[in-house]
Amino acid sequence: MKVGLFVPCYIDQFYPGVAIATYELLKKLGCDVGFPMDQTCCGQPMANSGFSGLSKACDKNFVNNFSGFDYIVAPSGSCVLHVREHLNEGASPAEIDRIRNSVYELTEFLIDILKVTRLKASFPHRVGMHISCHGQRGLHLSSMSELVDPGFSKPEQLLNMVDGLELLKPARVDECCGFGGTFCVFEEAVSVKMGKDRIQEHLRNDVEFITGGDTSCLMHLEGILKRQGSGVKAIHLAEILNSNL
Amino acid sequence: MSIKTHAEAAQEFIRDEPRTDWHDETLWFVRQKRDKSVHTLPEWELLRDWASRIKNHTLSNLDHYLKSFENNAIANGIKIHWASDAEEHNRIIYKIIADNKVCKIVKSKSMLTEECHLNEYLKDRGINTLDTDLGEYIVQLRKEAPSHIVLPAIHLKRQDVSETFHEHLNTEKGNYDPQYLAASARHHLRERFIEADLAITGVNFAVAESGSFVVCTNEGNADMGVHSANIHVACMGIEKLIPKTEHLGVFLRLLARSATGQPITTYSSHFYKPRPGQQMHIVIVDNGRSRQLGRADFRNSLKCIRCAACFNTCPVYRRSGGHSYHSTVAGPIGSILNPNLDMKANSDLPFASTLCGSCSNVCPVKIDIHDQLWKWRQVVVANGYVGKAKKAGMHGAAWILSNPRIYRISGKIGRWVMRTFPFIINHPLNVWYKQREMPKAPELSFRDWFKVNQ
Repeated sequence: MKVGLFVPCYIDQFYPGVAIATYELLKKLGCDVGFPMDQTCCGQPMANSGFSGLSKACDKNFVNNFSGFDYIVAPSGSCVLHVREHLNEGASPAEIDRIRNSVYELTEFLIDILKVTRLKASFPHRVGMHISCHGQRGLHLSSMSELVDPGFSKPEQLLNMVDGLELLKPARVDECCGFGGTFCVFEEAVSVKMGKDRIQEHLRNDVEFITGGDTSCLMHLEGILKRQGSGVKAIHLAEILNSNL
Repeated sequence: MSIKTHAEAAQEFIRDEPRTDWHDETLWFVRQKRDKSVHTLPEWELLRDWASRIKNHTLSNLDHYLKSFENNAIANGIKIHWASDAEEHNRIIYKIIADNKVCKIVKSKSMLTEECHLNEYLKDRGINTLDTDLGEYIVQLRKEAPSHIVLPAIHLKRQDVSETFHEHLNTEKGNYDPQYLAASARHHLRERFIEADLAITGVNFAVAESGSFVVCTNEGNADMGVHSANIHVACMGIEKLIPKTEHLGVFLRLLARSATGQPITTYSSHFYKPRPGQQMHIVIVDNGRSRQLGRADFRNSLKCIRCAACFNTCPVYRRSGGHSYHSTVAGPIGSILNPNLDMKANSDLPFASTLCGSCSNVCPVKIDIHDQLWKWRQVVVANGYVGKAKKAGMHGAAWILSNPRIYRISGKIGRWVMRTFPFIINHPLNVWYKQREMPKAPELSFRDWFKVNQ
């Protein structure tokens, strides 16, 4: 099984630890992991800002880098969702379709494809769960509080395999953190207020860490936590799942 | 005076943080009531699916159902008027008022008349219209616009209402008791109902097969007005149609649960024909709706039944208030409807969202609101309604991210600058930095690490 590791641009630049954890985790679970060196960005920042026309070159670059893999896996629900919904350029429609359907967010890849049921991971801490919207409502990684349907959660399923981890949920289990891509600067006031409110709920649970599947949400929450001088840390799911493995 | 963008107005709204928290929690409470009530119905998702299909079918056959509705309504003795836009809608109503030489007008909540700015139109012609829905009544006294389509005065605390009533209704100063305040309003409104000559209502559902229509209220104010006045004018957008009476069994169950968590609105009033001596008019309004119907990506926004569930769930709406959307219909649904009415003036609205998708999930008729927000962003930008700085930034980002080599070099330089001269990045002009720390810039990117450690 050839797995292409898709490392979103801002993770590559600012959170290499998240990508390293993802890489190591996949390797340890027996995947043949490749990292195409010329990958950059999925094009989401432009497309979500109304400039989908400007993301065509990113599409082509993505296709060039990832067309040789059985699966493409990224530690980011948001970027995966973008590729799955909006990748359009760079290959025949059939190949585009194949790539769109072979791109996976890390937790869904672990649960649905690798069918992981046990992990040798240990993380003896109080951890708050931040559900990222694109992973949840976009990729259906977990059930949604708005819908009347059976409850499930792929990220939680994995976190429950981690020794010593105490998972705590905020009162509003799946409210958005306010990052929202360029929303975080063009609607700065609302964005920060949303983030502060999420953090407040986690603090009420006395958590040590806030985790989630999207580094973008975590980067935003981390920025606010640090400004508040809080000792609570943001940590990506992959880093927890890879701990002590 | 130029209208503030959503971001500017939201920033002002949030300046009063305790009040923002109160606004957020009040509306979240409504969302929770909605959740509680929908979770008692195992068939909830099925109902949403049916409602969506009925509306899709109706919109696809709108010409047929409009004609059928008109014919049946006329046969019932109702007078039908067609208005292509807001101006014509207002003109028609003014003519009915003038022809009948009446002046005492009560109105129950109709977002369409708000959309058409009927009150202002009539006022310019010397006619005062009284809004009788309690929330609308309050905002009318304050000369404000509704901030929510179901809860028009949700932005106001009872203290605000008390002050307004003290000023206009001479209630006791400093008496914040909601019951006292509601009773005072009720007393004033009763007198106006009794003397009303003409009652204007909205329409929640117009049934094609019977030519009848349904108006849903919790206060009974539509009925009060209609039963007391000799002329009833009901205003509806062309999208209010449903084919059959039995479809009400789907929509009435969805509407109130989605709006407030009630199993059904307190009053669901069915109007079939005028009573003896009464005139009944229906004004059917297009005002841009057929244009929206022609937009393949956005046509199904016309399925909306105005429950406002998307308002209550929207984390942005709850923290920015309805007025920040500078439109009659605020919230996520407003952000996909309003660009159709005036793209330039509303070009900011599709961006007033994180695209979290909660709106689409609560929508009782399954409008893909957040996907349409994304699509409107593309349309707005393609039409040139985008700031120069944003445009330049996007072109710059696209250039860097399209070239692997340039991306790598820029990343390296960028991180080095952040580490070496943090003050270049960490200053107030960096919007991110205003209330958030920047991420730490590591020496090695993942790519660098991979080259060494693979």
